[in-house]
Amino acid sequence: MRMAPRWLGAAALVVALSLAAVACGNTEEGGGGSTGGGLTGTVTGDGSSTVFPITQAVAEEFTAENPDVQVSVGISGTGGGFEKFCNGETDIQDASRPIEQDEIDLCRKNGIEYVELQVALDGLSVVVNPANDWASCLTVDQLKAIWEPGSEIDNWSQVDPSFPDRPLTLYGAGTDSGTFDYFTAAIVGEEGASRSDYTASEDDNVLVQGVAGDENALGYFGYAYYVENSDKLKVLAIDGGNGCVEPTPETINDGSYTPLSRPLFVYVKKASLANPAVVAFMDYYMANSQALVKDVGYIDVHPDTYAAEVKEWEDFKASA
Amino acid sequence: MAITTGVSLTRRRTRRVEALVRRLLLLCAVVSVATTLGIIGSLLFEAIDFFRVVSPREFFTGTSWGPTFKPATFGVLPLASATVLIALLGTAIAVPLGLGSAIFLSEYARPRTRALVKPALEVLAGIPTVVFGFFGLTFLTPRILQPLLPGTGVFNALGAAIVIGIAVTPLVASLAEDAMRAVPFGLREAAYGLGATRRTVSLRVVVPAALSGIMAGVILALSRAIGETMIVAIMAGQIPNLTLDPRQPMETMTAFIVQMSLGDTPYGSIEYKTIFAIGTTLFAMTLVLNIAALRFVRRFRERYE
Amino acid sequence: MSAATLARTVGASLATGKRAERSLGSLAFQLVLLVCLLVGLLTLATLLVDVLRKGVGGLDASFLTSLDSRFPEKAGIRPALVGTLWLMGLTAVISFPLGVGAAVYLEEFAPKNRFTSFLEVNVANLAAVPSVIYGLLGLAVFVRGLQMGRSIMAGAMTLVLLILPVIIVATREALRAVPDSIREGAYAVGATQGQTVWHQTLPAALPGTMTGMILGLSRAIGETAPLITLGALTFVNFVPRGPWDRFTAMPIQIFNWVSRPQSEFQNVAASGIILLLGVLLAMNGVAVYLRYRYERRW
Repeated sequence: MRMAPRWLGAAALVVALSLAAVACGNTEEGGGGSTGGGLTGTVTGDGSSTVFPITQAVAEEFTAENPDVQVSVGISGTGGGFEKFCNGETDIQDASRPIEQDEIDLCRKNGIEYVELQVALDGLSVVVNPANDWASCLTVDQLKAIWEPGSEIDNWSQVDPSFPDRPLTLYGAGTDSGTFDYFTAAIVGEEGASRSDYTASEDDNVLVQGVAGDENALGYFGYAYYVENSDKLKVLAIDGGNGCVEPTPETINDGSYTPLSRPLFVYVKKASLANPAVVAFMDYYMANSQALVKDVGYIDVHPDTYAAEVKEWEDFKASA
Repeated sequence: MAITTGVSLTRRRTRRVEALVRRLLLLCAVVSVATTLGIIGSLLFEAIDFFRVVSPREFFTGTSWGPTFKPATFGVLPLASATVLIALLGTAIAVPLGLGSAIFLSEYARPRTRALVKPALEVLAGIPTVVFGFFGLTFLTPRILQPLLPGTGVFNALGAAIVIGIAVTPLVASLAEDAMRAVPFGLREAAYGLGATRRTVSLRVVVPAALSGIMAGVILALSRAIGETMIVAIMAGQIPNLTLDPRQPMETMTAFIVQMSLGDTPYGSIEYKTIFAIGTTLFAMTLVLNIAALRFVRRFRERYE
Repeated sequence: MSAATLARTVGASLATGKRAERSLGSLAFQLVLLVCLLVGLLTLATLLVDVLRKGVGGLDASFLTSLDSRFPEKAGIRPALVGTLWLMGLTAVISFPLGVGAAVYLEEFAPKNRFTSFLEVNVANLAAVPSVIYGLLGLAVFVRGLQMGRSIMAGAMTLVLLILPVIIVATREALRAVPDSIREGAYAVGATQGQTVWHQTLPAALPGTMTGMILGLSRAIGETAPLITLGALTFVNFVPRGPWDRFTAMPIQIFNWVSRPQSEFQNVAASGIILLLGVLLAMNGVAVYLRYRYERRW
């Protein structure tokens, strides 16, 4: 048996003890301590990773005012989140698409009643490389021709005769994302109808890198990723029937950037209204989300929509 | 076996305690069976549901995979070929790297070098696979693969295989090295006494003697490479592609499973049930592989003393 | 050293058979081995340099004690760090006896029959199951079936199942490597099988067992997908205080940061990775120490 240096054992012990101290230490926490007289309780949310940043931003600010409420948010995906929501396991569901029939049935089967609240807008942006000086506006029909199933377009000149003869490389959303579903439904006309020979990724940062590094590229992803990288990308205006409109906070908000402004939702379980922490959290959400969404790259909803959603929330609370 | 002389009370008590302990240990071993049953149970249940809607023939022989597209296609071949290609390539990289490292550490390196390097290699095993994935995507592919191998895409199978190979090398290296260190010195000394070089002793004496442990490492590595999820999901792409060209993007069975289970598809839908069909297929594939491998290894195992 | 001197030195060592290297082939072989080793180490070094460059600046007290935030400069890792520590502690404590127990049974006590062969194949096969499937299993069995909820315990149990094959295989190989003469010597002085295993075989196999634990825990600490699937969270505003609390873990947090659009988050993620590797090193350090201390050569 070989003897290791004597200090090694002591060092390992010290490290182990200090790790244990960190794990059990209760010096300062975000919630759970009794600082006297504050709201307590737990709020559980889950669902779409697209809507997650908004819910997290709300939770962050809410915690500052209510440090004793334990808020936790997951990103199981809209599908996984709905399954947990309709099993009664979560209070709040983040969703980048409306609830589907299978899920409605599951909720009904388990007696879960809920309200759907639209909390933000995302403008799906069609981007090209900054060196692309020939394209600045595309019509929905042109996009459809590019992206529909079986499309053979692989050259810019096929998109529009005035474009130069250059190969076209495509980047887009992964096929199991709300972005994909929404884009295909809005542009091609049917959810899931898309050609399959493009570079797909669920991580929009990867798409950004792809388009930024390829002069012939065309891609689509959420507005937040365009805005953060606007120095590396060029966004195209979309003609949805009323002229070329570029995605900006204003055009997305008032709906003129069409058809690629997509709504983002939050669902709340009726049974959770009995939990004052959830009610307080959602009150805070409805009151403050419109300001917070901008911090995370989304767009606030149109004032008319906002008023309607607030009313829907108040009615829902009253019906409990 | 235990010598059964003497009928002292302590011996009887010891025997009873030992019988109890033996049962406890059996229970531990049975946990693995329970796990398998649990996995098979949760997979088969939904998979059977799936195959009621999608014909097994279309699933196993179809060459196009697109459950979320319209029209939906359910041919698993693109996913299966990607899985096999990347796993084999990855293992083909991990085995020489791991074995070479192991031989060096066990036969050539100084004890102090070994004491430092072996844990360092094991740190490699601890790097989260998402970190490996992004490292490959942002460094390996653009800076090394794309300049060297024209036609390599942003997502490609070769890069994923290389990164998996490196990530899995510690499995092969550590287990192989442990096995080689356990070969009795006497064997080596006998060979040296006959005038063999270190190379001959390593390759002709130590490696065959340690083959059991080495093969265990290799099989574990291959299994791990097949089941690897995040590296392929990040590096190899998320569009299924039936091809043998490793420069192209392709989606493996595991990448699809993770995409589907964390995505936006509603649970309970037919698209979602594909997870279980794929999981069952993968499980069956690796079972066949492991049975074959274990049978092969048993033939070549050597015991000393 | 000039080319001529180098050639003369190499030639001399080849001619006299110094250090048992008597041919150019042997030298080349040694070089090949070194290259194999260096590939892995160089990759590790590159990764570490990249991560350190981006992340070491962000590793300050506020990073360690803050909650996550939508602003990169405010984002912290405290809940995730504590979550991972709890998770790893539980996983290590549960998987060690379970894995070693199974391996000891399979190697020392089990009769060599078909059932045992089946167990052996089964264990190896489990290593190939994708981690997401373990997540789904954990969701069905631990979270829902055994009513553990989305707790650290459910996560730890799932991770235990995930890494059990590695521990079992490594321990079995270590047990196999113990020479039978050791066992026979113990029997010869009147020890029972249990006493032999406990006092002789298992201590001799300890280093190999530690290797299994190191490899297994290294895998467990970096797993993201199975934890998310069974319900680990990505944002929590509290620090878990027990195994039944809800939790988040460092790899989940890191993955989340990497996917954010703001490029500063890449640096925050790098800080997280450094911390994760630090925790891993500390954890493995114990096992490495034990292995080093109890090493034996036969």
